Amino acid sequence: MKIAQRFYLREVLSGLVLTGRHFFANMGKHVAHALGRKNARGAVTIQYPEERRPLSPRLRSLHRLVRREDGSPRCVACMMCETVCPARCIYIVADEHPNPEIEKMPARFDIDLGKCVFCGFCVEACPEDAIRMDTGILEFSSYSRRGMIYTKEMLLALEPAGADGVPRSPVPIPPDRIV
Amino acid sequence: MILDFGIVLGRVAFVMMFILNLGGLLTWVERKQSAIMQDRIGANRASIFGLRIMGLFHPLADAIKMLTKEDFLPARADRFLFKLAPFVSVFFGLVAFASIPFGDTLRVGERVIPLQAVTLNVGLLYVFAMLSLGVYGVMMAGWSSANNYALLGGQRAAALMISAEIAIGASIMGVVMWYGSLSLQDIARAQGELLFGWIPKWGIITQPLAFILFLTAGIAATKRIPFDMPEGESEIIGYFVEYSGMKFGMFAMADFLETVVIAGLTTSLFLGGWQVPYLYDTGFRFPWGAALDLPHLLVVLLQVGSFSLKIVLMIFLMMLIRWTLPRFRYDQAMRLGWLGLFPLAILNIVITGAILLAWGTRP
Repeated sequence: MKIAQRFYLREVLSGLVLTGRHFFANMGKHVAHALGRKNARGAVTIQYPEERRPLSPRLRSLHRLVRREDGSPRCVACMMCETVCPARCIYIVADEHPNPEIEKMPARFDIDLGKCVFCGFCVEACPEDAIRMDTGILEFSSYSRRGMIYTKEMLLALEPAGADGVPRSPVPIPPDRIV
Repeated sequence: MILDFGIVLGRVAFVMMFILNLGGLLTWVERKQSAIMQDRIGANRASIFGLRIMGLFHPLADAIKMLTKEDFLPARADRFLFKLAPFVSVFFGLVAFASIPFGDTLRVGERVIPLQAVTLNVGLLYVFAMLSLGVYGVMMAGWSSANNYALLGGQRAAALMISAEIAIGASIMGVVMWYGSLSLQDIARAQGELLFGWIPKWGIITQPLAFILFLTAGIAATKRIPFDMPEGESEIIGYFVEYSGMKFGMFAMADFLETVVIAGLTTSLFLGGWQVPYLYDTGFRFPWGAALDLPHLLVVLLQVGSFSLKIVLMIFLMMLIRWTLPRFRYDQAMRLGWLGLFPLAILNIVITGAILLAWGTRP
């Protein structure tokens, strides 16, 4: 250990210079921002509820059920997703489809988001491209477990996110949050 | 008579308001300064009617939160000491500032008002004593909580205080020898003289080693990072584990008050106190011959302003240190105090003494 190191002083000073430089550089940017230079940012913070990070298009967000042209689900209740799901969070009850050319349709299609691990296996397994995770919706919370269960009607109503990754449909409000 | 009483009350009130408001504001300074140093924004959510003013309401929100929280008392705690401890801590933090001068004298007609709360001719020892007594609150808290970790924290506080106080005491000896007084007002006045005709004789110039030693030991005395062994939030939580609500807040406040006191003491010992370079009673007298006469009131305002500015700068520096350096381990801090700061302070006394002897008279 060198003598200079034993006195800490030089290292302490270089540390203080580093943090002090950050302080004054950021302070200058904050002042410039306040004076009107809007592209000057003194912090890397994204102030969440007002500002949002742009999401990657491949991000796996809240599921949605893809609709046919007549608005019925594209899903044929083949149970592939329910089978592949490692968290066993999908529950499907199959039913006859009125159209004889289509074999089945789901009478119930519930996803328990409290259990879902967002692995995306259901999307990959689906032979009909009937379930996707591209809504861009991340804020689904609930005060109860029941509120985390999303039904077929809720999932069918969702739209894919826009090109900028911003959700186009509102977050479905679970029943226990409706006051 | 009543006027005299009012003046004394005014002096005390000024100092009290100064230190209390500054101490309260420091929670905001701490949050914001650390955030800006770390490329963050910092707490800015507390708002009144949508008005945020850069998070300045957060200290207020903190106070409301702490006052409305449960005031927990451990079952086996020493009830009296447990309740007394935070008050002891805050009290000595508050009164320590009393003998630090924030200006020279203010002359109103016949009256000469000294600008400090208490005029003591041993003011330096007084501040020093009050700072040391502050640790009793911490030790009481550690003892009365009936919690091993709190006790450890209290003992560490005592050990740290002893090693820091010795270094503080030894380092200010050099200053006392140089300026020949224990009165902070006299020391501040003496720092207005000029060395070689143009350098202000501030303590940082005449006693540079003592300045570094005093600042290091002073930061240790505030019990904040890098010397936060009494607290040690990553290992023992420290002397206030069992405290909640406003009592906990008072310990936090005591730390901030001590920061202000150390900043004030550093200012008056090493940064010229209320001195503005080349500003005298009647106005500026520059060493190159220029002069600028100023009215008395303006001179006093400049002095008080300069004192406040220096304190704020010192606090900035101390916050910068607190948010830059990692904490010392307990044994490292002890070693630094006893084997680093203390011998160097003794060396400083010896060098100062030798210079004073060689100079014959006080330079």
